[in-house]
Amino acid sequence: MKSLEDLKRLQQQVKAKTSLRHAAGTQVIVGMGTCGIAAGAREVMSAILNEIAKRNLEDVTVRQTGCIGMCEKEVLVDVVRVGQPRITYGRVTAENVPTIVAEHVVNGRIVEELVVAKIEE
Amino acid sequence: MRELSLHILDLVQNAVEAEATKVMLEVVEDLSADTLIIRVRDNGRGMEKQECSKVVDPFHTSRTTRRIGLGLPLIQMSTQRCEGHLKIESEMGKGTLIEALYRHSHWDRPPLGNMADTLQTILVGNPMLDFHYLHRVDERSFSIAASEINEILGGVPLTQPEILQWLQGYLKENLAILYGGVENEES
Ligand code: FES
Repeated sequence: MKSLEDLKRLQQQVKAKTSLRHAAGTQVIVGMGTCGIAAGAREVMSAILNEIAKRNLEDVTVRQTGCIGMCEKEVLVDVVRVGQPRITYGRVTAENVPTIVAEHVVNGRIVEELVVAKIEE
Repeated sequence: MRELSLHILDLVQNAVEAEATKVMLEVVEDLSADTLIIRVRDNGRGMEKQECSKVVDPFHTSRTTRRIGLGLPLIQMSTQRCEGHLKIESEMGKGTLIEALYRHSHWDRPPLGNMADTLQTILVGNPMLDFHYLHRVDERSFSIAASEINEILGGVPLTQPEILQWLQGYLKENLAILYGGVENEES
């Protein structure tokens, strides 16, 4: 049974471990408008978080955003790596997530067949 | 949407898009009164009276450029199928209260579904949001407040792998206890 006490202990462990590192991590952003949610954005979000936990990725931040007006391409997931263009993936399913995380988030290789937009920063 | 927990995620996202910094979410299941009530109270920008009645009109909202509230007509339809209602109270500059009521045992009522994933998404996806959740099932209740978690975390992000695992377990276990230790409906 997990408790807030456990969280306090974990916090100390994590803090001790990560205090030396700088956060220049990769950002993952999931579109959570109504169509996004209806198309499975929550499942995609959960899959991303599961990958982070499973692969022990310590410098990924995950955010959600609202509607950006591309209903038919939902679920939309953006990956932003430092110094690289912002990549928008479309029609993402939970099954695509391990590939996007392994290829792009971890190794910096864009998964071309799922890309719907690239924005140079 | 096939789960109430997805509607709930949508309601909270609406609040965030209305610039709310504070959201109080309640799910109250009263089995003797046979009701399930979802309440979302936010301190966002609010709406005019006129706008309140329009947001539940699917033909109106689908034409606006800002697609906020697209999900409200869907929720209203689902409450009405279950002898319930959707109530919207809003004041400009103060915030909005949305209440969806269902007859708990109604056979058309969507299951609550995976509430743990909805809460995880809200908490992780909106780290600056002052989010509070209270879930009652008859006498039992579970609550979680982002402020309390953040205070313990002291700047450590929720997305640290160990912390995420804790969060997932904590939500699942506590929600299961609400239903007497068995996992909720179909999740
Ligand atoms: S949620 Fe429909 S276009 Fe964004």
